Amino acid sequence: MSSNGTNKLEKSDRLIKLSLLMIALSAVSVLAIITIFIFEQGLPIMFRYGLKHFLLGQDWYPSEKSFGLLPMIIGSLMVTFGALIIGVPLGLASAIFLTEFSSRRLAGFLKPVIELLAGIPSVVYGFIGLMFLVPFIRERFGGPGLSVLAASVILGIMILPTVISITIDSIRAVPDSYREGSMALGATKWQTVRMVVLPAARSGIIAGIILGMGRAIGETMAVIMVAGNAADIPGSVLAPVRTLTSNIALEMAYASGEHREALFATGVILFIIIMILNTVANMSSAKQRKKGSGR
Amino acid sequence: MSRQAAENIIVIKNLNFYYGQFQALKNINLEIKARRITALIGPSGCGKSTFLRTLNRMNDLIEGARAEGEIWFDGKNIFSPETDLLELRRRVGMVFQRPNPFPLSIADNVTYGLRVHGHFDRLFLEERLYWSLKAVNLWDELKDRLNESALNLTGEQQQRLCIARLLAVQPEVVLMDEPCSALDPVATARIEDLMRELRENYTIIIVTHNMQQAARVSDYTGYFLLGELVEFGDTNQIFTSPRDKRTEDYITGRFG
Repeated sequence: MSSNGTNKLEKSDRLIKLSLLMIALSAVSVLAIITIFIFEQGLPIMFRYGLKHFLLGQDWYPSEKSFGLLPMIIGSLMVTFGALIIGVPLGLASAIFLTEFSSRRLAGFLKPVIELLAGIPSVVYGFIGLMFLVPFIRERFGGPGLSVLAASVILGIMILPTVISITIDSIRAVPDSYREGSMALGATKWQTVRMVVLPAARSGIIAGIILGMGRAIGETMAVIMVAGNAADIPGSVLAPVRTLTSNIALEMAYASGEHREALFATGVILFIIIMILNTVANMSSAKQRKKGSGR
Repeated sequence: MSRQAAENIIVIKNLNFYYGQFQALKNINLEIKARRITALIGPSGCGKSTFLRTLNRMNDLIEGARAEGEIWFDGKNIFSPETDLLELRRRVGMVFQRPNPFPLSIADNVTYGLRVHGHFDRLFLEERLYWSLKAVNLWDELKDRLNESALNLTGEQQQRLCIARLLAVQPEVVLMDEPCSALDPVATARIEDLMRELRENYTIIIVTHNMQQAARVSDYTGYFLLGELVEFGDTNQIFTSPRDKRTEDYITGRFG
């Protein structure tokens, strides 16, 4: 009797497991389909012209069969790291303040406000950047204003909600017993945060930074509006810049033939760069975690 | 440290403590003897942990908590505005109910308090590391694992490490908040042995649920009930001939 009941239960469990597996697989398969599609469209031209042509070529003149993507690769990297340089310290500082130093009431007010930042459409960021930041940079620092710097600042602000909310979550996940132990030894609040809480929250914080980085490198609209989009390697942070995503978005509407294929090749390279950055970041976080327990 | 053995090290006068509207401690008067073990017993919620945490002002961290009265330590009232809170907490250290080593290496855990108080000399840190682990009988077990994470240790080792971490900053008083409640009986017995060793050099105040533990290790015992210190005296006297009916009821198991 009872074994019969168990069988029934096992059967329904297996059914649920199977259907959940199917759903999970379908989510993964979307990723697989996208990957296959991009590579299928982009790889042939890369083989035809050679990888070197795309990766190291400095001239992007699609009408003259010149598909050098180096300026855009460098542009994407510059803008992304610029965004991290601006967004990560700001984000960490905000998260530390909100979790460890502000009153509960203030944090309860500020956290939703910061999360609202994530809900603003990127075109609005771009618009504000264009109206205020670009003229400011042009007048203060020179150059056209449409620049690496402008794109970095805008992206730095755009990644704030991601960095802040994930950092807040990981700092909140640090058990209070660590804080108590540290305070009871006569540590100040700041020492406690710096020497115990942040190391304990490190892997979560790094995850937040990786997600922020993903957002920065993938962002298109806001960047197009403030970056100037010249397909040249920027000579300084005040020079205009074109990113890989901008390259696709700006030209896909009218591209055809090899030009269109080259834009897919741009997508392939973007895809690979994101993979590499993610892997590096993940590896360094794993390594840090291991090392974190050492001296 | 040529203080006489049974001198008062902490004197508590008319201590009242509130969490918002709730009064958690009612007019506590108590003298803690130096280099003795004082046990505080009583049912859950009687205020004994709260009392312990006023002694190093850890309750300051709780919003809405407020203390009235005086606690004299080394000739000064710890509630006076001149008190250096960080120095107070160094001198009056605390061991918690659940072992709470930091997610750092064993060595970094022990030297943490020293680094916090501005000591960075490598030799000094290493010397103190050796001395502290030796003092809690962990050195031989762990001397080859100093760079491993402290979170890999057993519960007992973790609690010993937390005590070592405390001893490293050379406190005078060690507050223990049910330090064995997360440990098995064998580990508990060994931590109690350690407490007896530490008694040579430190004043220990231990909060415990476990009356046998209080009877086994302590010199003095205080019985807390509903925020009041009902009775305080020699451990022998408290357990053999309590003066207060409420104490007797508790230690004979009729209540609590």
